[in-house]
Amino acid sequence: MGRRLLLEHDNVPGIETFEVYRKQGGYRSVEKALKSMSPEQVVEEVQKSGLRGRGGAGFPTGMKWSFLAKPEGVSRYLLCNADESEPGTFKDRYLMEKIPHLLIEGMIVSSYALGANTSYIYIRGEYMWVLDILEKAIAEAYASGFLGKNILGSGYDLDLYVAPGGGAYICGEETALIESLEGKRGNPRMKPPFPAVKGLWGCPTVVNNVESIAAVVPIVNDGGDEYAKIGLGKSTGTKLISAGGNLVRPGVYEIEMGITVEEFIYGDDYCRGIANNKKLKACVPGGSSVPILPAHLVTKTAAGEDRLMTYESLADGGFASGSMLGSGGFIVFDEDQCIVRNTWNFARFYAHESCGQCSPCREGTGWMEKVLYRLEHGQGNMRDIDLLAEINKKIEGNTICPLGDAAAWPVAAAIRHFREEFEWHVNHSEEAQKRNYGLLKEVASA
Amino acid sequence: MVKVTIDDVQIEVEPGTTILSAARQIGGDVVPPAMCYYSKLPGTGGKCRTCLVEVAQGSEKDPRPMPKLVASCSTPVMDGMVVKNKTSERVHDNRGGVVEFLLINHPLDCPVCDQAGECHLQDLGYEHGSAKTRYEEERRKFDPIDIGNKIKLHMNRCILCYRCVHVANQLTDKRVHGVLHRGEHAEISTYIENAIENDFSGNMIDVCPVGALTDKTFRFKSRVWFLKPMDASCSCTKCSGKAVVWMFGNEIYRVTARKDAYGEVEDQDGKAGWICNDCRFDRKDVSNWTIEGPRKINRHSVISQGQYLSPRDTQKQLTDGNK
Amino acid sequence: MGSTHIDLSKRHTEKPAFSPERMAEVQALIAQYPEGKHKSALIRILHMAEEDFGGWLSIETMDYVAEVLNIQPIEVYEVATFYTMFNLEPTGKYVFEVCRTGPCMLVGSDQIIEYIGEKLDIKVGETTKDGMFTLKTAECLGACGYAPMLQCGKKYHEHLTKERVDEIIASYRAGEVPN
Repeated sequence: MGRRLLLEHDNVPGIETFEVYRKQGGYRSVEKALKSMSPEQVVEEVQKSGLRGRGGAGFPTGMKWSFLAKPEGVSRYLLCNADESEPGTFKDRYLMEKIPHLLIEGMIVSSYALGANTSYIYIRGEYMWVLDILEKAIAEAYASGFLGKNILGSGYDLDLYVAPGGGAYICGEETALIESLEGKRGNPRMKPPFPAVKGLWGCPTVVNNVESIAAVVPIVNDGGDEYAKIGLGKSTGTKLISAGGNLVRPGVYEIEMGITVEEFIYGDDYCRGIANNKKLKACVPGGSSVPILPAHLVTKTAAGEDRLMTYESLADGGFASGSMLGSGGFIVFDEDQCIVRNTWNFARFYAHESCGQCSPCREGTGWMEKVLYRLEHGQGNMRDIDLLAEINKKIEGNTICPLGDAAAWPVAAAIRHFREEFEWHVNHSEEAQKRNYGLLKEVASA
Repeated sequence: MVKVTIDDVQIEVEPGTTILSAARQIGGDVVPPAMCYYSKLPGTGGKCRTCLVEVAQGSEKDPRPMPKLVASCSTPVMDGMVVKNKTSERVHDNRGGVVEFLLINHPLDCPVCDQAGECHLQDLGYEHGSAKTRYEEERRKFDPIDIGNKIKLHMNRCILCYRCVHVANQLTDKRVHGVLHRGEHAEISTYIENAIENDFSGNMIDVCPVGALTDKTFRFKSRVWFLKPMDASCSCTKCSGKAVVWMFGNEIYRVTARKDAYGEVEDQDGKAGWICNDCRFDRKDVSNWTIEGPRKINRHSVISQGQYLSPRDTQKQLTDGNK
Repeated sequence: MGSTHIDLSKRHTEKPAFSPERMAEVQALIAQYPEGKHKSALIRILHMAEEDFGGWLSIETMDYVAEVLNIQPIEVYEVATFYTMFNLEPTGKYVFEVCRTGPCMLVGSDQIIEYIGEKLDIKVGETTKDGMFTLKTAECLGACGYAPMLQCGKKYHEHLTKERVDEIIASYRAGEVPN
């Protein structure tokens, strides 16, 4: 097992309370930053750490912070994106549920770095019980002088609040999140202007994922250079991976960037292999929106090298033979799973979650879902497979926000790597209609 | 001033100008079509994606091309930017895709739609659409709702441009309609039965690019191309009183605002020439109006066919006008 | 209205009103936002209103929330219809929202949904005759590693099996919240 920077104390009893968290060394980074560092120095450490946004896009956090506009007399805001909704991803929930004070600590240090005096954690509405946990922890932090006026006598003031969503994946997109936080429909905004210039209520705003903000704590404690020593190349530090699907031991793991995919799937410290002694068929390594990889491209790249758990290695081969680390939602498929059914399932998800604002996404996601439904249920034809690929191309890159791409990529990749399975559904229409829950195995044995 | 090149035509514009409005300053066929953007309604644009263009050079300083097509209605020009609209294969291809998306769920009811002849989706389909559909699924249908005795909402035809919502926000004091639900179920609605009644609510009809919002007082009265549009004015206390009356013989069939080549209301006395509901719905008698003369309609429009103007007639009108 | 077929004839007969304690909570919530930005509190207040006024948002409830926040009713309708958590029609006492997305499906959520339907003799979207249970499906609820799962109120029930579903239903029937 590698080093754990975020979840080191996740199993300490009572770690959700201020008292125990503090005893384990919690809130040191706040003391350090507020007493001995300028906001710019905190930003500098984050830049040195090479931390990349943990929500999915992987944009360097320090760079994002450096873009924040700082006009005189205008409030700035830090928003924490806790709208975790990408299928396959449940790491932020784990972190907030288990160690709420880690997020709060990160919010204080990050808000200080950005010069924000009011910050909000926007959490998906379904995590309402996690909201309760966070609010309890925030109240403790206020009572202990880590939030509110003149924190630790430094002269720095910060108010921190939690706001729930109401059930909408799209609010994980940062401008949709801002709209939602303003009490509106979660329609993503046109960019430019970017939130760093015009965000919440028109003010400069930074939106960061829960895990990114939590990672600021060890970065400030140990220094950005120390953090950057962990990992490989531009994939620095540790990463929370949510592992789900047909695994012996699914769950949330903190990995050092750079371990092999092989070790992650089969290693004793991690998922311990495919459940029920089945074989690996495919893997979606970074949440439902990233391209699916067939078994032979999961643990090895197309060039035959070991596939590693890094941004670069998972993307090796581009869209032809690679995928993405994304949000770290690692979904594993065993040999019995039907790729067409899963592709339809994901397409249904994106059609359901499209805000409906721009035409390619509103119409295109719904169209793909319907065509995939027909294919999966044995009512498709060969033309449909090419049609899907074409609808795909017309959505990709043409929408207001990345939801269009997120909907398009999984379909394109599934057809690219598992075309014969789509064709099977056309050629064996009756069997496809009769199958129970889409399992190919049951057809074979029938 | 900043320099921008659109389809090989160079123009200097104010900093902050969008690509679309720079293109409109050039005019002609370098102008991308826009179904949701409406220059007189701040906040509109970006949604329909018909105005996507290729930026072949970002600016003088940073000449890299932009990787994705951009919405010309909401992307500001940079000095030295090079934009491709009609000269880009990619733009043409993707615009065709957008038109297909807009049409897959659009009803094929042009023969009974009052908007026919002045419908922007028709124009777009004619220029960029294909003759056959690849859509085999059932078209989306919404339950009809009644939004009052002046405006007819036909949600099945709506392309969700949001223009009417902006009209309600910007021209009326109390918005009662909006976009409800989401994704492909999103719809313009009042939720509860609620009449949209306000002195300026009728402008929703003028901004609607399709036949989703039409004039109930004109419903099924005539095809627009059988009517003669005439510039007319009246002394109205609520609006500028400058409108277009659509006539058949000596009868006024409907009243609309005066619109420019892009279907937007023209400025009157220095501000957007929105007309009030009294002018639009209630002043249907010729005696209410001073007729100024025939409205110039783009000769490509089907409406111009209805003006029965031979070159000699035009000459006669000009001479009459000079008397 | 429209394609989503909400039955708007279902109404509250009395005008809803928050209790003084709840109203104090609402005011505290509004105070979390700068002056004039009170609309930001809307989504959370809708959650509260749903909890207080029968588990769903009637037109009366939404109009009341609009009044509390001093915004137009349409602004509330727009938001309430956008977010899937809000019930726009009355539901059963307990609403089972079973996750149906990919990772849950891979480990049998389809079978669980079918089983709950059989067990309660209802289809997805329906409520049992005794008004106890409503069965719904939901998109990814962030429990992929503990799948299959369902949400009921604030509670997540994870690692579902048919036996586990039996236990959960029996507990709710007995008026207890299952572990």
